[in-house]
Amino acid sequence: MEAVVLTIITASTPLLLAAIGELVVERSGVLNLGVEGMMVVGAVCAFAAAYSTGSPAVGILAGVTGGVFMAFLFAVMTQTFISNQVATGLALTLLGLGVSGLIGESFVGLPGVKLAQLYIPFLTDLPIVGKIIFGQDVLVYSSFILIFAVTYVLFKTRTGLIIRAVGGNHNSAHALGYNVVAVRYGTILFGGACAGLAGAYLSLAYTPQWVENMTAGRGWIALALVVFASWLPRRLLVGAYLFGMVWIMGLYVQALGLGIPSQLLSSLPYLVTIVALVIISGNRTLTKINSPAMIGQPFVPDR
Amino acid sequence: MKIKLTAIAAAAVMAALSATSIQAAAKTKACWVYVGSVGDFGWTYEHNEGRKNAQKHFGDKVETKFVENVAEGADAERAIERFARSGCDIIFATSFGYMDPVMKVAKKFPKVKFEHATGYKTAKNVTTYNAKFHEGRFVAGKIAAKVSKSGVAGYIVSFPIPEVIAGINAFMLGAQSVNPDFKVKIVWVNSWFDPGKEADAAKVLVSQGADILLQHTDSAAPMQIAEQKGIHAIGQASDQSKFGPKAQLTAIVDNWTPYYIRRIQAVIDGTWKTQSSWDGMKEGTVSMAPFKNMPDDVAKMAADTVAGIKDGSIHPFTGPITKQDGTVVGEKGKPLDDGAILGMKWYVKGIDDKLSK
Repeated sequence: MEAVVLTIITASTPLLLAAIGELVVERSGVLNLGVEGMMVVGAVCAFAAAYSTGSPAVGILAGVTGGVFMAFLFAVMTQTFISNQVATGLALTLLGLGVSGLIGESFVGLPGVKLAQLYIPFLTDLPIVGKIIFGQDVLVYSSFILIFAVTYVLFKTRTGLIIRAVGGNHNSAHALGYNVVAVRYGTILFGGACAGLAGAYLSLAYTPQWVENMTAGRGWIALALVVFASWLPRRLLVGAYLFGMVWIMGLYVQALGLGIPSQLLSSLPYLVTIVALVIISGNRTLTKINSPAMIGQPFVPDR
Repeated sequence: MKIKLTAIAAAAVMAALSATSIQAAAKTKACWVYVGSVGDFGWTYEHNEGRKNAQKHFGDKVETKFVENVAEGADAERAIERFARSGCDIIFATSFGYMDPVMKVAKKFPKVKFEHATGYKTAKNVTTYNAKFHEGRFVAGKIAAKVSKSGVAGYIVSFPIPEVIAGINAFMLGAQSVNPDFKVKIVWVNSWFDPGKEADAAKVLVSQGADILLQHTDSAAPMQIAEQKGIHAIGQASDQSKFGPKAQLTAIVDNWTPYYIRRIQAVIDGTWKTQSSWDGMKEGTVSMAPFKNMPDDVAKMAADTVAGIKDGSIHPFTGPITKQDGTVVGEKGKPLDDGAILGMKWYVKGIDDKLSK
């Protein structure tokens, strides 16, 4: 039981980390489809730095830097040069997969540095809950802190109000004197940092190694989670963990040898998560209020 | 000259290449089409090692080229045709799904030699080649049954195609020859390559009592889990001992180098002929990484089995074999024929998993 819960946490954390960043980006009215690309660059930078220095902390920092760098490219293209966000995001993913392969070429086939897990004498040794609550690594705790911090900032602070205003109607926000482009630069870079963290989690904690394409589509799942969670952080938490749970249970049931087709079990996480999140976002008015109206639309300030 | 690009960019570059029509007169040009990236540390990685070694072996006499991440299907046809047009003398297409594209292009370019890995269609200028990986699985099964304390192995697999099923069966037959009650738990991850999912599957299997892990997927993630959990594992495609110095018992290693050198040499000599090559341990295409982390008598048994397979006295699929449904195949003392192994769609008795029809 404990082992299964621990596995679920590992499977859900990268999704949660990447999705919370994208949520803030989309709240400000920007659609960045390059999550997968930023994540994979984060993964390779984290691995390379941690392997070269032996320090996972340096790895995490490098992962964040890698993600932010990719996000910066996206921000310059879409905010300064007003390129199409969908096309730029897709290009960012392709670029990320290619660049990460190039950076990582000499790191293939090397065992990495594993991120240490928390150990508090007595507390971590508690039966059942000990390891689950007091035995995780710093990135798992960060993912929860980020969810609560983002909820707080978005809905309880002036900064959050400005971000949401920019996402709701950038012309009005501009007319009120807010610097739409600057706000969006900020959220996009934050999104990149989170995607970088998610990548770092993959190559330092989930599977401490570097192989090309190791994100294997997790960036896209994170993107979908944001939409299905109707841009609410707490639903994101539910969605990511539901996805992780069904994902792991599918593998668990298979190993029991009950003869349920594996293809069905492999598709269940997607199905269950979509259905569940559609049901909880059944209140249309609430969904409408929460969806950023300006998403994907370019903003050109009139001077 | 190396081309290292993603599939999308590759098409553009290839167009440029064929436009300038590079025709090296004296050099033999060998070209590879890869389904994955050379950095996967698995299937494509080993093919690329084969290419590099062939290049080293021939030096200036041969020019090698490759394009990676070519999707199976229409993209593959374009990539293979570009190579054929740009003057490649021999083209190695290294994935099952390239079969029909290879046949199509081969018809248009009768002078170019085509080599298709793991397929079954041949033509005057199309040869197929594959390796008997199940020989390695059989040895792995014997070792697993000896080393395992719980009597349960966890097996992480990709897709239910004959090659994979034959691997599971060979493993089980090897294990049963040592311990008739040996159990194997199977998880299909429906992917050749997803390190995260492979790691998840490994953890789940360990939580259900497996103390030996093996896989027919491409990443070293399960080996790392085995190392963390303090159990044992069998490496896949490459020697993965770096990922599990205490965990790896051995690894089933692909080595395409001898085959590639032989076939390129045949092109140079003008002796290249169409064939269906299916090499195994005897020819060196399948080999076992050093036997480690096991008692000496087990290592000796494993080495003896390898020797037996090499000299032909041991065959993993020796009849009679009882299928999962109770029917019996094969004559006593005789191995199943190649066709039966290449088209295997049934489990042997003792496997609990069910194959979906």
